Amino acid sequence: MTTFTDPPKEPTFRLSMLIYDTRYRSLTIQCVALMGFMLLAAWLINNTIVNLATLGKPVDFGFFRDPASYDINQRLLEYTSRDTHLRASFLGLLNTLLVAVLGCVTATVVGVVVGVLRLSRNWLVARIMAVYVEMFRNVPVLLWIVLALAILIESLPKPSDFRGEDPAATMALFDSVAITNRGVYIPEPLFSRSLGEVYLLGESSLRFAVSLDLFLILAVLSASILTVRWNLSRAKRVQELTGERPVTWHVTTGLLFGPTVAVLVALGFHLGYPELKGFNFTGGTHLRNSLIALWLSLSLYTAAFIAEIVRGGILAISKGQTEAASALGLRSNRIMSLVILPQALRVIIPPLISQFLNLTKNSSLAIAVGYMDLTGTLGGITLNQTGRELECVLLLMLVYLGISLCISAVMNWYNRTVKLVER
Amino acid sequence: MRKSLILGAIAAAGVAAGAASAATMDDVMARGKLNCGTNTGLVGFAAPDANGNWDGFDVGLCRAVAAAVIGDPMAVEFVSTTGKTRFTALASGEIDLLVRNTTWTFSRDVDLKFTFLGVNYYDGQGFMVPRGLGVASARDLDGATVCIQTGTTTELNLADFFRVNNINYEPVPIETNAEARQQYLAGACDVYTTDASGLAATRASFDAPDDHVILPEIISKEPLGPLVRHGDDVWADIVRWTLNALITAEELGVTSANVSEMASAAGNNPEINRLLGTEGNLGEMLGLDSDWAVKAISAVGNYGELFERHIGENTPIGLARGLNAQWTEGGLLYSPPFR
Repeated sequence: MTTFTDPPKEPTFRLSMLIYDTRYRSLTIQCVALMGFMLLAAWLINNTIVNLATLGKPVDFGFFRDPASYDINQRLLEYTSRDTHLRASFLGLLNTLLVAVLGCVTATVVGVVVGVLRLSRNWLVARIMAVYVEMFRNVPVLLWIVLALAILIESLPKPSDFRGEDPAATMALFDSVAITNRGVYIPEPLFSRSLGEVYLLGESSLRFAVSLDLFLILAVLSASILTVRWNLSRAKRVQELTGERPVTWHVTTGLLFGPTVAVLVALGFHLGYPELKGFNFTGGTHLRNSLIALWLSLSLYTAAFIAEIVRGGILAISKGQTEAASALGLRSNRIMSLVILPQALRVIIPPLISQFLNLTKNSSLAIAVGYMDLTGTLGGITLNQTGRELECVLLLMLVYLGISLCISAVMNWYNRTVKLVER
Repeated sequence: MRKSLILGAIAAAGVAAGAASAATMDDVMARGKLNCGTNTGLVGFAAPDANGNWDGFDVGLCRAVAAAVIGDPMAVEFVSTTGKTRFTALASGEIDLLVRNTTWTFSRDVDLKFTFLGVNYYDGQGFMVPRGLGVASARDLDGATVCIQTGTTTELNLADFFRVNNINYEPVPIETNAEARQQYLAGACDVYTTDASGLAATRASFDAPDDHVILPEIISKEPLGPLVRHGDDVWADIVRWTLNALITAEELGVTSANVSEMASAAGNNPEINRLLGTEGNLGEMLGLDSDWAVKAISAVGNYGELFERHIGENTPIGLARGLNAQWTEGGLLYSPPFR
């Protein structure tokens, strides 16, 4: 007796299996969704291009070569109204970066201090910090910016108040700083034996000048710092070998200040003081109201969020760590700096990144106070004078995306260096 | 079946998006309201009054167009625009018509794809300074801080003026006239510059207008007028000829007081008859009722009445007719004939 069994059938593929066979179903759905999404995107882009062409305004970036014809008051590089729209946008970008960097640094410092103080056992200090955090966190930043400018304009003296025999206002800090409702004028560093400047990128719209004086000072300073670090590591080696730590503070101080002061004297360093001439103060560095208002309000607003992140990070470290550290005999400020903060940083940094991104993006509210940032130049006057809305806005989005990704990349790299190494 | 439905829906959406730009007049009729772009608040030209109703010289033209097209001067939705937002608002179709102290320039007409429909105010850029500064000429303003509305032609004129005269200045860019007023009065800028009419209007709103002087220099030509989008000639004709009707009405002595009487029966002057629709069919040619101009004139008055009521010498703003007088009086107002 023999039994016949059917030879196992070759699994044949039928179209219906794309839907009814669980092996393929999810893939099918994803493919269809992707195709639908791409069709929608293509339709939107095509629609935009066709409509713009019908309107007689095809996408064209040629306007960037035309003269901008407007002036920018706050500028980090030289610029005249005959420069191109590209240069005007470039200056706007630098202004955005300036306020973003200033803001991020200030917000971090204030945020960390407030975050730690809010955990203080001193009832009054902790309450004051809580009030600060809740006030700034719960009011839109635009209002803070406008309020800051209004306070600066309305409460500070006009330049003309400094004039006359018995002026209504006087300069602060031994007649070196003028605080007016047009901004703060501070002394500027000048060099009587200056090395001059190097002009890079020729005549292009992105040209900039590098001060050789500043370059030299920075070079000397970094060389000093490297030597100091080498000296400190040598001291550590000696300490490990012999148990005795050589005295280093006088070498450190000498190395940090000696060469830098020598270079400053050689270059003929002196301060240029602001003085009232004609309508305004001249000389010195002019920090405009718009920059100060934007910087202060963005920093204080973001610092409130950072304070909460820092507080959360510290609370995330279990109380046992503090107790163990004090059982080893560490003092409370060393417990904070050696035990708590290094661990808290791992919790703090990822949310901190998004606060930095928020601050940078919020800086686009600058137009409310007339600060000429990227949104004010490229997305404001240039857009308005050329009528190239789509091009300007697309480029604007692209630049902000670029800035944000750069900040994220740097902060992610930093996060990797401090995060817990697991084995 | 389902697929073709979706494709059909997409195609219909595409057609709808393409067709939205044409036939503004039909849109206005269907909506029963005219969307008119105006200033955010410039006393005399466009500002809400104590009851919240928009009033002013520019507002009057919006109301005249609404009266001619819809028959109701109050059927206007005013959209306040800043110097920066006005063109985007018009180009995107948010407003049907922009009457906002907007200077007629080549690039706005040609490159930005708008159609300017005439001039309702011949203006020029001036400077206002506090009297206490003792400045007599704009050329004495070396080193001054100047408040300037951003996104305007005045911004460009200012840069050119100071560059050509080789003097320095510090621009303080601001968004609206109200912010400029605040900064100027607080002394955060020495000078405020904008169109001379705007300066007069702003000065009139100060507590002590006499403490401020408008300098004699007029540094630019600023023909201000209404504008619409390129490519809708029917709509452009309606607005253009509404403005011309107001100007012609003044020339021919038709006022809001006597217009209904003059329109009741054909009179001696054939041009008045054609304007008021008692002879010929000009209104029909525009696609409007024959008494379209009568409605516009009785709603806001003729050009001269509009001027005197809002910005003329008997108002706080106190502007003289100057260039804005009829051509018969030595001014530049010169409407093409109604024929």
